[in-house]
Amino acid sequence: MELAFVGQKFILVGIIFLISLVVAMYSTYAERKVAAFFQDRVGPNRAGPFGILQPLADGAKMFMKEEIIPTRANPFLFIVGPSLAILTACIGTAVIPWGQKMTIGSTVVDLQVTDINVGVLYLFGVVSLGVYGVMIGGWASNNKYSLLGAIRAASQNISYEVAMGLSIIALLMITGTLSLREITEQQHGFWKDGYFSWNFFKQPLGFLLFIVCAFAETNRTPFDLPECETELVGGYHTEYSSMKLGFYLFAEYINMFVSSAVMSTLYFGGYNYPGMDYVNEQLGNTWGPLVGVAVLFGKIIFFIFFFMWVRWTIPRFRYDQLMDLGWKILIPLAIANIVLTGLVSTFLR
Amino acid sequence: MPILKKGQRYFCNYKMSLFYFIAFLSILFALLVIFSKNPVHSVLYLILTFFTFTIHYVLLNAQFLAIVNFIVYMGAIMVLFLFVLMLLNLNNDSEPVKTNLVKFAAIIGGCCLLLTVAASLKVASPSIPVVLANPNLGLVKGLGKVLFTQFLLPFEISSLLLFTAMVGAVLLATKDKTNA
Repeated sequence: MELAFVGQKFILVGIIFLISLVVAMYSTYAERKVAAFFQDRVGPNRAGPFGILQPLADGAKMFMKEEIIPTRANPFLFIVGPSLAILTACIGTAVIPWGQKMTIGSTVVDLQVTDINVGVLYLFGVVSLGVYGVMIGGWASNNKYSLLGAIRAASQNISYEVAMGLSIIALLMITGTLSLREITEQQHGFWKDGYFSWNFFKQPLGFLLFIVCAFAETNRTPFDLPECETELVGGYHTEYSSMKLGFYLFAEYINMFVSSAVMSTLYFGGYNYPGMDYVNEQLGNTWGPLVGVAVLFGKIIFFIFFFMWVRWTIPRFRYDQLMDLGWKILIPLAIANIVLTGLVSTFLR
Repeated sequence: MPILKKGQRYFCNYKMSLFYFIAFLSILFALLVIFSKNPVHSVLYLILTFFTFTIHYVLLNAQFLAIVNFIVYMGAIMVLFLFVLMLLNLNNDSEPVKTNLVKFAAIIGGCCLLLTVAASLKVASPSIPVVLANPNLGLVKGLGKVLFTQFLLPFEISSLLLFTAMVGAVLLATKDKTNA
């Protein structure tokens, strides 16, 4: 029994890991296609039909390139940097509930690796750990541009973590739990007690703050100042080549996948969708939850597309504008949101 | 030592060896913080030390403390430390010269610490470091209830203390600007 449980979790972890890698791989392809669409170009179309083998070709290229470690760099930390970046990107998926409990034969499979009762805080911890990969890599390169990129990454992440934490607090005041499974179950279906059950409709401002902070934490445009090529050559990864550079770029796409999953789970009902009870009744306990998983992935893909949409639409912030936005606009708004949430939940119930 | 059932004792032994291994790592990394020449390496070892503390909390089933230690110390304070050290870019030339007064003060401080450790060892009694009297003590619900009922006053006062520090930091920062 115990061994079966461990085996089940092991398989689940393997599948989730594989899916995050595949999604990240095809995000690079999607990014180029989306960019091409926005700029009225064709995009990659040489490798395979519609260029769908392009990520494989890119990966092979990354592995084949010469690996360079600068002479004055710290060789150990130079390797630790990208490894940490990809590690912290991958561990966030552990607490996300991917679907309802599923019955295969006689066993009930929980489509969540672990339901710790501090799930939201765990995600927050992983996010705050994410900056180390960039900082350590940037410092170990022993290059001024890399160091500036690393310092920018650190200050940006710390500033936006505050606003992100405050926006989550308002959400937690409504849910009353830190477990992601319970938060998702509270958003069951779409309509409950005369109001929308998804948290987005209860916390619109909180969601807006959260998504802005998610952009900043994943270093995506308009907040990609740590790798601002017009000012810093390549930012923190200036000195990197071959697959170590690949890891940094790849970590960004995995982060995008994880933060999209978190946004769908916290604010957009996760695997819940309108009329899910009816579908579950029709399809039974094996295929019904899988529809929920497909719905969750639909939401995730929409958010990944949104990340790309913003990247190819909005120009980059200037550094002082970035700090002003974080400290003078987002944090006061987040605090106001907490006060408002407190007042509403006290006087309306 | 409380009397334990056989299965529990087995579990305890297994947890105990894990505890001793993690405790060894904590002390090793803490020593490396002091002995590494490069300040950035020191901070990185300090991060590892805090990480081992997080594991200690998890062993005690104090999930909330574990994760808060993780977020606040590893994720925020240490990033700031690293940030400042990277900005300063310290090396051997910029190391301040230690005067005899500083060395003398350090010796006295070290002796005081030794005295405290010796005194506390004398009264310490052996305990099981991996079993709590109340296993739900460290979970969010238990901690929240205790903080907002029994320890409300100290909790609020400590928040006031943090607030004062914040206001002080802002005041210091803006003072410089008006003078310049």
